[in-house]
Amino acid sequence: MRPFTVLTAVAAPLLRDNIDTDAIIPSREMTSVSKTGLADGLFAGWRYLGSATGGRDPDPGFVLNQAAYAGTQILLAGTNFGCGSSREHAAWALAEYGIRAIVAPSFNPIFYGNCIRNGIVPAVLAADRIARLASAVAPDPQRLRITIDLSAQAIVGPDGGTDAFPIAEEAREMLLGGLDAIDLTLKRSDDIARFIARDRTVRNWVYPTA
Amino acid sequence: MLNDPARSTTLFEKLWDAHQVMPIAGGGLILIDRVLLHERTGGIALQTLAEAGRTVAAPDQVFATMDHVVDTLPGRADVTMMPTGTDFIRATRVQALAAGITLFDIGDPGQGIVHVISPEQAIVLPGVTLVCPDSHTCTQGAIGALAWGIGSTEAEHALATRTLRVLKPKTMRITVSGRLGRGVTAKDLALHILASYGASGGKGCIVEYAGQAVEALDVEARITLCNMATEFSAFSAIIAPDEKIFAYLKGRLYAPKGAAWHAAIAYWRTLRSDPDAAFDIELAVDAGSVAPSISWGTSPQDAIAIDGIVPADAAARPLDYMGVAAGAKVLGLPIDAAFIGSCTNARLSDLRRAAAILDGRHVAPGVRAICVPGSTAVKHAAEAEGLDQIFLAAGFEWRESGCSMCFFAGGESFGARERVVTSTNRNFESRQGPGTRSHLASPETVAASAIAGRIADPRTPER
Ligand code: SF4
Repeated sequence: MRPFTVLTAVAAPLLRDNIDTDAIIPSREMTSVSKTGLADGLFAGWRYLGSATGGRDPDPGFVLNQAAYAGTQILLAGTNFGCGSSREHAAWALAEYGIRAIVAPSFNPIFYGNCIRNGIVPAVLAADRIARLASAVAPDPQRLRITIDLSAQAIVGPDGGTDAFPIAEEAREMLLGGLDAIDLTLKRSDDIARFIARDRTVRNWVYPTA
Repeated sequence: MLNDPARSTTLFEKLWDAHQVMPIAGGGLILIDRVLLHERTGGIALQTLAEAGRTVAAPDQVFATMDHVVDTLPGRADVTMMPTGTDFIRATRVQALAAGITLFDIGDPGQGIVHVISPEQAIVLPGVTLVCPDSHTCTQGAIGALAWGIGSTEAEHALATRTLRVLKPKTMRITVSGRLGRGVTAKDLALHILASYGASGGKGCIVEYAGQAVEALDVEARITLCNMATEFSAFSAIIAPDEKIFAYLKGRLYAPKGAAWHAAIAYWRTLRSDPDAAFDIELAVDAGSVAPSISWGTSPQDAIAIDGIVPADAAARPLDYMGVAAGAKVLGLPIDAAFIGSCTNARLSDLRRAAAILDGRHVAPGVRAICVPGSTAVKHAAEAEGLDQIFLAAGFEWRESGCSMCFFAGGESFGARERVVTSTNRNFESRQGPGTRSHLASPETVAASAIAGRIADPRTPER
């Protein structure tokens, strides 16, 4: 996974609340047993005209289709972003499209974890601060960029104004190092085996006997 | 470990402590006792794991089923209405065989919706940790397990290491006092809680449902209540297991047997929050104030009493999408379809209650009505007591088990602007098909509405 340190990029506003995983990638866009080839289906219902019937003409009203927001890598979103299905395709599609950070007042917990495991920074920030960032970039999004500094846990607006955002230590380290969680945990195999051996003496009924 | 006398703890904390291999920043490395998979996301997880040269560490603790993609029409096979659905089915089959895990394939009597078959076969037990790459895994907390939904990459982690790195959630208790009124179900209670506290009201919390009204619920109703915790943005839900749960599990396929059963029961009886345990957030709900409920909008929080009115200040977008008016009732709106199915409300008790309303009546002309049992076992049990005949005589389609039109995957759907009363859990835009308007309600309300041809009050069904 690509490590995330500091990113300065175009940020696009999608300031609706409760943007669910069906909206991020409709189920009908997930047609292969694969983690890739999903960027084209990102926000398909909003991005394309007549997408329900396979339409692929960009809807000029959708923010990511506008030239001013070309190359967007940061999304500014509403509360409870990523609610709905646990489909990791939502995170895969966002990452493949090029989104590297999402700033929202809150995230669905499963989606939040999926972001961390796919190199996307989920930054929690109060709604009024997010609205202010969105207006700050609006006059010229290509020039008025936002910086996300993960080590400092800071979001810097185009005017230099800085907000701190919280992120758990473990999640931060994984994103900073681009680490694979399975490798990290497999280093603890002996501890896990010891724990299970002890657990079997307390909860032997948990373990199938076949 | 369990029962530290020096500390008053919540049920969640007891389970967490019993499974924590070691602390990590913000949480713990948690032992996972059961992993469940389905063909929509499980095939990808197993395949990616194999491609990375990793193996499933404890295959006897991993179970997979075919529910999401598979068709539910009689005579179904690997070919699906969903484009490329066959690829998902075959990949899951091949990978499950290679990994040596148990698979409930098409045609297997154990097949069904993952969250229905797990309690039914006692794969989930009180006091276990269980994960599944599916957001409604919270459903299974009703049995007294710590069960939660994860992504595919986390599923790979659980399969490869028997553990997950978990950030510790906050604790919330929702105490439901009093008793539910006549004709008011666990589904109505779930919708009422969503309407009262909002779709992000449980954000990131492990929610323990407690109180007199929760204790009074039978096991299947508890499962319905916990099912919609993900709609509440919760990490998961849990209910302290009691004698009803033990009686329900006894003798089921994967339940412990003999001495192990007695050891298990002794352990399970310790699984409750201490009387003075502190929760981060406490909410209280009066069961007496809950009415049969229905959703009017495109978020599960958009729920009102069946005879209530859509909020006067409702936003334009959901009103427009749903074709409903602010300040008006949805009761009496003509419907195009009725759907009884899903991991929320398609267990035997749900079908019985719906059948009691349908018995001797017929679906209104022009209404498409479908019943999809939650599992093959539910289907067989319902047929054994003649419920299928009641559904069929009433004009319902009687299907094979699966998720079916709970969600739209590109195959079967109800159609744009069609109004559906549905026993499922999500009413997002296009959840049940492009442009489809979904009204969430109990199976009783679905049945009563199907007969009336319009949204109806289940307490006063028409002829
Ligand atoms: S029935 Fe619906 S909610 Fe339940 S697992 Fe299937 S798709 Fe998900």
